[in-house]
Amino acid sequence: MDTDLGLWAIPIAIIGGAIRVSTPFLFVSLGEVLTERSGRINLGLEGTLVFGAMSGYAVAYLTGSPWAGVLAAALAGSVLGLVHGLICSLPRVNDIAIGIAMMLLGMGLAFFFGKPYIQPVAPDLPSINFGWWSDLPQVQAALRVNVLFLIGIAAAIFMWWMFRATRIGLLIRVVGDSTDAARAMGLRPALIRTLATAAGGAFAGIGGAYLSLFYPGSWNEGISSGQGLMAVALVIFARWNPIACFWAALLFGGAGALGPALQSAGFSEGYYLFYAAPYVLTLGVLIATSSPTRAMHGAPGELSITK
Amino acid sequence: MSSPLFSRRVLLKAGAALAGTSALSAMPQIASASSPLTVGFIYVGPKDDFGYNQAHAEGAAAVKALEGVTVVEEENVAETVDVQKSMESMINFDGASLLFPTSFGYFDPHILEVAPKYADVRFQHAAGLWSADKHPMNVGSYFGYIGMGQYLNGITAGHASKTKKIGFVAAKPIPQVLLNINSFLLGARQVDPEITCQVIFTGEWSLAVKEAEATNALADAGCDVITCHVDGPKVVMETAAGRDCFICGYHANQSPLAPEKYLTGAEWNWAGVYTGMVETVMAGGTIDNFVRGGLADGFIKMSPLGPAVSDAARNQFEATKAEIIKGGFAAIKGPLNDNTGSVIAAAGEAFVETDIKLESMDYLVEGVIGSTS
Repeated sequence: MDTDLGLWAIPIAIIGGAIRVSTPFLFVSLGEVLTERSGRINLGLEGTLVFGAMSGYAVAYLTGSPWAGVLAAALAGSVLGLVHGLICSLPRVNDIAIGIAMMLLGMGLAFFFGKPYIQPVAPDLPSINFGWWSDLPQVQAALRVNVLFLIGIAAAIFMWWMFRATRIGLLIRVVGDSTDAARAMGLRPALIRTLATAAGGAFAGIGGAYLSLFYPGSWNEGISSGQGLMAVALVIFARWNPIACFWAALLFGGAGALGPALQSAGFSEGYYLFYAAPYVLTLGVLIATSSPTRAMHGAPGELSITK
Repeated sequence: MSSPLFSRRVLLKAGAALAGTSALSAMPQIASASSPLTVGFIYVGPKDDFGYNQAHAEGAAAVKALEGVTVVEEENVAETVDVQKSMESMINFDGASLLFPTSFGYFDPHILEVAPKYADVRFQHAAGLWSADKHPMNVGSYFGYIGMGQYLNGITAGHASKTKKIGFVAAKPIPQVLLNINSFLLGARQVDPEITCQVIFTGEWSLAVKEAEATNALADAGCDVITCHVDGPKVVMETAAGRDCFICGYHANQSPLAPEKYLTGAEWNWAGVYTGMVETVMAGGTIDNFVRGGLADGFIKMSPLGPAVSDAARNQFEATKAEIIKGGFAAIKGPLNDNTGSVIAAAGEAFVETDIKLESMDYLVEGVIGSTS
């Protein structure tokens, strides 16, 4: 069978890469949307992601069940989020500084506890093959979709609906937009923010479990290469909208697949430039959507970066 | 949005913090006065990475077993001023008089900065190009001709490939990596001169997601045997096996990751090399400043052949291996062009494995699909 697709290989690889690489971006950015909508920034999600990757892999290896690993990663992430939330509830604490400290703590803990789990092989999360209709192995490989990706889409839609139409969503938004208004309504902003940060941490933990249990599917200390931080930036790019987070995550995943795909199709000169594609793209979109006349659309009012 | 810059800065900080804590944890093990020799090993990554650092750490473990030797180790040391601090603390706090800073980037300027200050300490650097007229005499360079291992990998790959296309995930286009890529293809071309090798550079020594993407891209492009030159080959091996490709290992034995798909692998064998060097120093001798060795000298070894290797492949593999061990073997020999059409070697011209010119390789040979920049 002739499997040489020529230039068609590039779009297939980009779609496949978008699906494979986007899930951690999606989960971390959803977690960050939840946290930031409540008026806090958790920059520590990179550390949460790495710690989630480690704890998920360790538990999956010890129990033999990848889903137990995902659960453990979510729990571990929410604990890290809770710590961040509680510390930031103290007066005059800067959430950005705490976030950086939590990031270093999360990575350090993950490296420390993760040592014995670098060598063993843990079971992978299952995936669903949506490419059964095609004879092409490339298409089949590209459309092998992990269940967590689908859960991520569902979570994005649910979160969008939650912010729009539910009481909880409204509470989070009120707290995020005006502490004074929230207090006047009798709400407890610190409590709501702490819970939102803990839930956000759980999302980031699940993102980490995807890294170690599906793609690339192993635990090592270089597993994340900054995805957690990029996902935090994605939230601004997505204007704090969960659905937009999904598209932004897909875009970043696909742009990340561009470099390898172009090299494999024979465009081998200047691969460092292709690897910069996601960042160039971000700059371009931010410039295109920026406005000199109005404030950033969709930004929660209580965020320390936009205040 | 300053996320990439920010990320790097923060990661460096994290690395520094980690290096600091591991330096602290190494401190209580100050060598006792009765110990005649303390040896320090410094790794750029985790010492159990299924790859480059693990290979060195296995060598360090063999040194540890020697009588009268204390070994201090530090992992995750960045190729920055961090490694200078690590070296100085091993010398001043642990009393180390023989150091093995094992990463390529430690050499210039870090070892060259520290070595002149400590004339009694010997600095042994893997892969660096030491030269007598430029560099201090208490610095030495050692490395192995692992390109020959990739050549043998290529022979098993040539037999196993049905698509006649093999793949290589490479970190950076430095001479050692280019020699490995070229050797892998030239080995495969001993089986079938029609075979081509697709290379994808990831740009960094350790980038898990990009390595997985590169492996998938190779599989999409029709490569059915894949090897790599990155620090930790685990991700490439698992991803390639998951895409139903055969795999050839690198640095260490990755066969446990996918025994059915593993053909063979080019492994470092530092245990013998390191114990030999340490024994030389303990006996009062001096290690040569420029040490190189291959299969014959036990610097490198091949993983046991996997179940997917055919009898024909096994025979050619063993015959070529015997020829390499005999010495004077040349993988790069004329007539040979690079993949832009320039002549590398005219007919009759050959670069044997020990040729120092191979250590400044800057080309990909004809049949390699890819580019060095």
